[in-house]
Amino acid sequence: MAERLALNHFETDEEHSHIEVDQERVRATGCGPTIVACCPARVYTAEPDGSLSVEYAACLECGTCLAVAAPGALRWHYPRGGFGVAFREG
Amino acid sequence: MTEPDFDVAVVGAGPAGALTAYLLARDGHSVVLIDRGAAPGAKNLSGGVLYSRVLGQVFPDYLTQAPVERRITRNVVQFCTPDSAVGLDAWTGRLADPVNAVTVLRAKLDAWLAEQCEEVGAFAMSGVRVDELLTEPAPGTALGRRVIGVRAGDDELRAHVVVAADGVNSFLARSIGLRQAPATHQLAVGVKAVVELGAERIEDRFGVGADEGAAHAFVGDCTQGVAGGGFCYTNRESVSLGVVLRLDDLVASGRAASDVFEHYLAHPAVQRLVRGGTMVEYGSHLVAEGGLAMLGEIACDGMVVVGDAAGLTINSGLTVRGMDLAIGSGIAAAGAIHDALTSTDTSKAGLEGYRRRLFDGFVGQDLTTYAKAPAFLERPRTYVDYGPLLEEIMLAVFGLDTTPRRPMARVVRDALRASPVRTRDLVADAWAGVRAL
Repeated sequence: MAERLALNHFETDEEHSHIEVDQERVRATGCGPTIVACCPARVYTAEPDGSLSVEYAACLECGTCLAVAAPGALRWHYPRGGFGVAFREG
Repeated sequence: MTEPDFDVAVVGAGPAGALTAYLLARDGHSVVLIDRGAAPGAKNLSGGVLYSRVLGQVFPDYLTQAPVERRITRNVVQFCTPDSAVGLDAWTGRLADPVNAVTVLRAKLDAWLAEQCEEVGAFAMSGVRVDELLTEPAPGTALGRRVIGVRAGDDELRAHVVVAADGVNSFLARSIGLRQAPATHQLAVGVKAVVELGAERIEDRFGVGADEGAAHAFVGDCTQGVAGGGFCYTNRESVSLGVVLRLDDLVASGRAASDVFEHYLAHPAVQRLVRGGTMVEYGSHLVAEGGLAMLGEIACDGMVVVGDAAGLTINSGLTVRGMDLAIGSGIAAAGAIHDALTSTDTSKAGLEGYRRRLFDGFVGQDLTTYAKAPAFLERPRTYVDYGPLLEEIMLAVFGLDTTPRRPMARVVRDALRASPVRTRDLVADAWAGVRAL
């Protein structure tokens, strides 16, 4: 995956992550593995304690994670203007 | 009330937003086209085939002026097993005269569309993320609020009409309660790569002339049985390829989207098209697949919703359409907004012309025609059983092993017997297909 993502141009917002995980809600609903699997960029990793870690800089901004997550499990918005992935082909 | 900064604020510089902005600016309205990408198109991604006649209605010279890649004259659809592909191959030069479909790369096309908007006087603001709608109370209306502009960071922009062209995730339409988040069976995730091959290799491998292109679709093992399909479209010097996976089925399968993509890329039917190429970009995008059932509300007081944000896509199984519907919705919205501004009624009632224009044109009519297509495509045999069945039949037809030949009807009957597909399934699917498509 790192090899695939290295092809893209990213303008990383170093100050602010556009993804926040409600870990309690992820644990309570068990939606973690689904989020991990559905993200095409493998942004999410399941940790041994049942929480999700996030590599937000790799996000392709499709919104799939939000669509498959239990309601309230993710706070996901687009990165701030000008930041994030910048497609040169699209 | 404060005098608005613009007549119209369009959020999102894809084809839907850009066409709305272009037509309204050309009519003399003050228009701002806001996009969160550093440049228009930087956030936009699609499979890549644009059924382009509708673009020609607005830009008659688009074939020579716009950055289009190749004119599609060959359409191939194949059912796959791990090492076979059986399909339909339709090539006709008449698809290029007049041109019916072109491949596009959105970072280039959308940048060009935004330039056209600026040339007719629209103000393009790039690198700006709209954070929320500005609203004011509107007692007695369905939502109880009227949209009066947008807020981006510390800046507030007021407009008579806001156009939500903010894509499939449309946070704006959801934020005011106009539209709901789609269900997972109404969404698919597209995982796509662009692979450089060079024009000569493309023309040799895909059997197309200079300027001409091919659109390949794959069903079956290429997605490891997950509902959806694979695609491979020729650009000028590269191909766009990937998979589109329906989310409910992807979740049920337990597979990872990126693994299905890698499986597809390694499939022999795909490898023989792209081997030796160089991958230059990897992206993903959500696709609305609900068709007419997903349309819902598309206007409220002070705002209309266009393109993907309104769920405007059609997957008929053979053609997958979004950009042409986006452009059609932009044209419909621009006409309705022009009328609303002229009559100074930009309430929901004043903007009702949008839906009417949409259904007077091909967008609403095609959505209606294909209203049953999503349910048809939810029939699971398509993605699992038909590939092996077709392979068995073709093996019996072409595999001359010196044993006496059986009549075709028996070949098919025996293949069906050995397959989990029952004759009545086949008849039911065929009938559903005829009715849905």
